[in-house]
Amino acid sequence: MLEYSVCNPEELAIFKLRELFLNYGFRQYRMNKFEEYDLYVRNKEFLISDGVITFTDTNGKLLALKPDVTLSIVKNATFENGVVEKVFYDENVYRVSSGTGSFKEILQTGVECFGDIDEYSLFEVILLAFKSLSLLSNDYLIDLSHFGILSDVLNESQIYGEIRKRILTAFKEKNPHELNAILSEFDWDPSLVETLTSLMKISENAPYAIKELKHIFVSEKALLKINLLERIVNRLEKLGYLDRVRIDMSLVSESEYYNGIMFRGFIKGIPMRILSGGEYDSVIGNMNQFGKAVGFAIYLDLVEDIMDCPKNYDIDSVLLYNEDESLNDLDQAVRELIEKGFSVRACRCIDPKIRFRELYRLEKGKVELLERNA
Amino acid sequence: MKEMLNIALPKGRLGERVYRMFEKAGFECPLLMEDTRKLIFENEEKRVRYFWVKPSDVAIYVERGAADIGVAGKDILLEYNPDIYELLDLKTGKCKMSISAPVGFRDDPRKTLRVATKFSNIAKNHYMKCGREIDVVHLNGSIEIAPILNLTDVIVDIVETGKTLKENNLEVIEDIVPISARLIANKSSYKFKNEIVNCIVRSLSEQIDSEESR
Repeated sequence: MLEYSVCNPEELAIFKLRELFLNYGFRQYRMNKFEEYDLYVRNKEFLISDGVITFTDTNGKLLALKPDVTLSIVKNATFENGVVEKVFYDENVYRVSSGTGSFKEILQTGVECFGDIDEYSLFEVILLAFKSLSLLSNDYLIDLSHFGILSDVLNESQIYGEIRKRILTAFKEKNPHELNAILSEFDWDPSLVETLTSLMKISENAPYAIKELKHIFVSEKALLKINLLERIVNRLEKLGYLDRVRIDMSLVSESEYYNGIMFRGFIKGIPMRILSGGEYDSVIGNMNQFGKAVGFAIYLDLVEDIMDCPKNYDIDSVLLYNEDESLNDLDQAVRELIEKGFSVRACRCIDPKIRFRELYRLEKGKVELLERNA
Repeated sequence: MKEMLNIALPKGRLGERVYRMFEKAGFECPLLMEDTRKLIFENEEKRVRYFWVKPSDVAIYVERGAADIGVAGKDILLEYNPDIYELLDLKTGKCKMSISAPVGFRDDPRKTLRVATKFSNIAKNHYMKCGREIDVVHLNGSIEIAPILNLTDVIVDIVETGKTLKENNLEVIEDIVPISARLIANKSSYKFKNEIVNCIVRSLSEQIDSEESR
């Protein structure tokens, strides 16, 4: 029987989330530590960071330590009408940390759902995102957006290349000054300027944001997407998540990895997003496959900040012994303390770095309590 | 009980100037302007906590959540590219990032251009866009000496009045980007402390607009 008290925060999170994903019929997906480097070369625009750790295998093939899980899962996806593949994983990925600038091993868990995805399957993944964060904390929020809305605006005005990237970056940074600077460089249609400026400002409670979006956009194409957002919000409201969701149209996909619904989760006390997900049909398409895809990842290396319960002691008991003590007596003394439910460190002298509750000494076969700390 | 809003201010004249804006917005903390070595100041009533930070470190404090919001120069944001929201151009601390060289310098495109700078990323990005081969010499101060001693051909650095350049017989040969102080926010803090952050943004924005319309 697994005792949660011996788990570290990441392990605890993995077990709780695994149970959740299994309950919703997702299968666990175990993958290789290594992947062919070629997969990432062909799909480099979908990678979060530039660096990939590579090495040459014994057969001369260039392999990589996985910087991403999704590509490995969906690369062999097949499409069948009505069939949706649902998998979850917990894996380590290796990416360049933006903080240190060097490679870091990141424990990541998440779900991927691909194939003939319908609206229920999409909503189920979004719901799992909310349920996942609620398992980790009582104080969380999820931003929701539909990248297709902004993407359509840019496409219709034929904004591509460097200008498009700059606009997406300005959105990502919630940087109205930069957006205005870009828009004033060229002679854009004033209605385009108005649309982009208004869209960037939308970052608020979901029902109000939906109203704002319907005020800005009247085309059928845009309304299809806004109505989808509205249906999702309505379902979340029925399940009691309305105060956890915000619509934030500055949530964009700079690399255009995500093409539709996007969501990003935050937990109070963790300075950056802990969950990231969305629809990524374009990744499937890039692999010359059919079907749709949606999923999310949770970055468990961030969990330790909020789940750790500081312990007063590292070990329950320290048992001091001399070298001339009988090994049988020592072994018995240790076992007896363990059987009482204590953790025990047998040693010849006290390590000043270790905090203990009780100090014992074994002398001539007898165990004596020397010290007890409150 | 409402939480404190943690605000990182850059040490120096810019930080003092920006503090005055926060003060005018109703988030005063009078002890902050006293002559003291203290670095952290609180106003419990207004639920704000200020701290003085090395200007180049403000973005790190904000990105990592030690500060909810802060004020950083656009030069720092361009150089380090922190994952934060850049909510407002405060239109103060204005200067520019420029390329400067000894008076009369002529660039020979046949040679690799040697560039001295504290801002290696800004320099590399700029010259990459131009397709120019460069050799970056990263220095931490007194950058103007580098071309005088023939360590490099040019420098990429902040220019305010241009006095330092002129006194060292250097001149600006190209402007890269205008720089000013920006109000930045931690992405997670922005979600959970949205009301007070937006209140500050609105108020600072009104002050800036009022100043500009004079």
